[in-house]
Amino acid sequence: MNILEARHIHKSYATHTALRDVSLSIPSQSIFGLLGPNGAGKTTLIRIITQIIERDSGEVFIKGEELNPEHILKIGYLPEERGLYKKMKVGEQLLYLARLKGLSTNEAKQRITHWLKRLDMMEWKGKNIEDLSKGMQQKIQFIATVLHEPELIILDEPFSGFDPVNANLIKDEIMELRRKGSTIIFSTHRMESVEEMCDHIALINRSRKILDGSKQEIRNSYRNNTFIVEHRGSLNGHAADFNLLEQEQLNDDFFRSVIRNREGESPNSLLRDLLGHVEVFHFVEKIPSINEIFISKVQEVVHE
Amino acid sequence: MNKIWLIIQREYGTRVRKKSFIVMTILGPLLFGGIFGLSIWMATKDSSEVRTVEVKDESGLFANAFENTETLHFTYTNLTLPEAKQQIEESGSFGLLYIPEIDIHQPQGITFYSESSAGIEMKSQLEKIIEEEIQNLKLEESEIDRETLASLKTSIDLEEVSIADGTEKQANTGLYIGIGYMASFLIYMFIFLYGAQIMRGVIEEKSSRILEVIISSVKPFQLMMGKIIGIAAVGLTQFLLWVVLTFSVYTLLMTLVGVDAETMAQMNQIQGAGGEFSQAQVQMAEVSGVLSSLNVVELLLSFVFYFLAGYLLYGSLFAAVGSAVDSDADSQQFMLPISLPLIAAIISLAAVLKDPNGSLAFWLSMVPLTSPVVMMMRIPFGVPTWEILLSMALLVGGFILTTWLAGRIYRIGILMHGTKVNYRVLGKWLMMKN
Repeated sequence: MNILEARHIHKSYATHTALRDVSLSIPSQSIFGLLGPNGAGKTTLIRIITQIIERDSGEVFIKGEELNPEHILKIGYLPEERGLYKKMKVGEQLLYLARLKGLSTNEAKQRITHWLKRLDMMEWKGKNIEDLSKGMQQKIQFIATVLHEPELIILDEPFSGFDPVNANLIKDEIMELRRKGSTIIFSTHRMESVEEMCDHIALINRSRKILDGSKQEIRNSYRNNTFIVEHRGSLNGHAADFNLLEQEQLNDDFFRSVIRNREGESPNSLLRDLLGHVEVFHFVEKIPSINEIFISKVQEVVHE
Repeated sequence: MNKIWLIIQREYGTRVRKKSFIVMTILGPLLFGGIFGLSIWMATKDSSEVRTVEVKDESGLFANAFENTETLHFTYTNLTLPEAKQQIEESGSFGLLYIPEIDIHQPQGITFYSESSAGIEMKSQLEKIIEEEIQNLKLEESEIDRETLASLKTSIDLEEVSIADGTEKQANTGLYIGIGYMASFLIYMFIFLYGAQIMRGVIEEKSSRILEVIISSVKPFQLMMGKIIGIAAVGLTQFLLWVVLTFSVYTLLMTLVGVDAETMAQMNQIQGAGGEFSQAQVQMAEVSGVLSSLNVVELLLSFVFYFLAGYLLYGSLFAAVGSAVDSDADSQQFMLPISLPLIAAIISLAAVLKDPNGSLAFWLSMVPLTSPVVMMMRIPFGVPTWEILLSMALLVGGFILTTWLAGRIYRIGILMHGTKVNYRVLGKWLMMKN
């Protein structure tokens, strides 16, 4: 079951086109990475889903229903440009934002207490936002995003402004929310921060979607039977038997090599071949990171 | 609707609890009431002070001209001028009026010596006495006797009767001007004070970056209207508190100083013409008669209407300006076209007064941008009902139009950061689809 289906979304502004025929399927209870360089159109797509702006053409479905104002209550959105009323007290501010999302006062108050305790912020409830540190403000902002228990949580550059300790805290909370049934969309241009968390990704570049699918599938499709080997003794001179891409001397007689296996050969046969020439200490398949795929894909487009 | 209500509550609640609101609410009446009470206190104090003026009349023409009044006592002196000047310091008189030998056709050299300046009131009093006396002398010279002269003097008090709507009413231009000016200025002030608050509120939301969080829950238009209505409620609360507090401070001050109704009546009497008690009473009666002749209900209802509709018309424009800029400083260029019609309306009030039913007054009270200020000046003088209704309808239309225009700019503007905005960009936003 897909919680979100977007089909052939098109959006243009006066001077440029922000989205060109973008289609996406986001499975329920997944952590979905919406990746792409700055200005690619990620924020525009999110703003269409959160109904801040309207699409020119195309369709959006939430759990099979055409996007409508009711869906606002099911979505929690943490924008990249985010902030809070500086002169408002933490508790009042959360209550206001929760009530705008349709929670009753009582319900909202209970959940605020629950979350403030959970993130260890209870003693700050009566303080003005401007008296809080930046990290604490981010925590409050996160609470505001998830208070109404949205089924779809959209986080635009969620970890900017967090110190590593708080970033980890928030990561754990996100995993917990997913376990409870929420779907999370991460929008970011910093691949390394989401690579470990996402199970699905889509790459957007220059208003087009250039890649999407499950993280594992994408990475598998970029495997090219290449291995990293650490070994004693040089492979130079045996070049005929191996497709040696590079070899680097670590120290004395130790080397690290990148080797492409011959077409149709299994890793075992490569290893067997190697054993005949050198002493192997380390043997691992070289799978490209999302970051590498991302860079190569984006550059591909630039060179076109 | 429920969401707009939440926004109104927040806008109202946070503002009313602010220190600046409480300070202004308390200081306002203290200032108004204080100034008002002080001026009355000064007036009562002044009237009890009697100043003595020595008169040195070398011409001998003014032997009986100077008669004592409530505030001025005259004593004739026979000393020489230098002696008399010396005398003033010793006797404690306020000043010395010196009249040399003069030719009544060319009176020159009349001088007033005093330590401190005589002030406009005293100067004109003295001038009037001398002028009248010289006039009498001239008339006598032309062989017109005093009795003929007295019978020539005529005093006319033009009674104004308005016959609008088929009924005759007593009219009092002075009172109308007072009421009209007060209503117009209140509307003008309210629009500027609270319009600017709307703008600052929008800029604050923009610069604190909370806007995108909010508009993922509510429509930009709801947010804009909620803010405008919430701030209107703040303004109304403040005005109401001011009226109540001003009245209390004023009353309190009056009792403290000991000015009761009787002395007030006496003061009216002094200021009123002639100083005759019965005449003053008649005047008082006339004023209250005129007051009751005014259609108070119509006046109040139209005031409330123009007050709110004018504010709403401009409020959305202020919101649009706030949404287009990143800081207070950038707002200047867009403030001008909003302020101009309002300032023009206030300036034109003088011209409107000259002819409250002329074509200038008519058109200015029809154009929605100026009508709230100008129409309130006209209404005390009586405006045909169809004109009021037409003006109100146009104002409502204008309000809907500006709100719609402002809404279109607002929804785009609030998402824009660090964009250099000029009128061409605003035009683009206006046309942009969502």
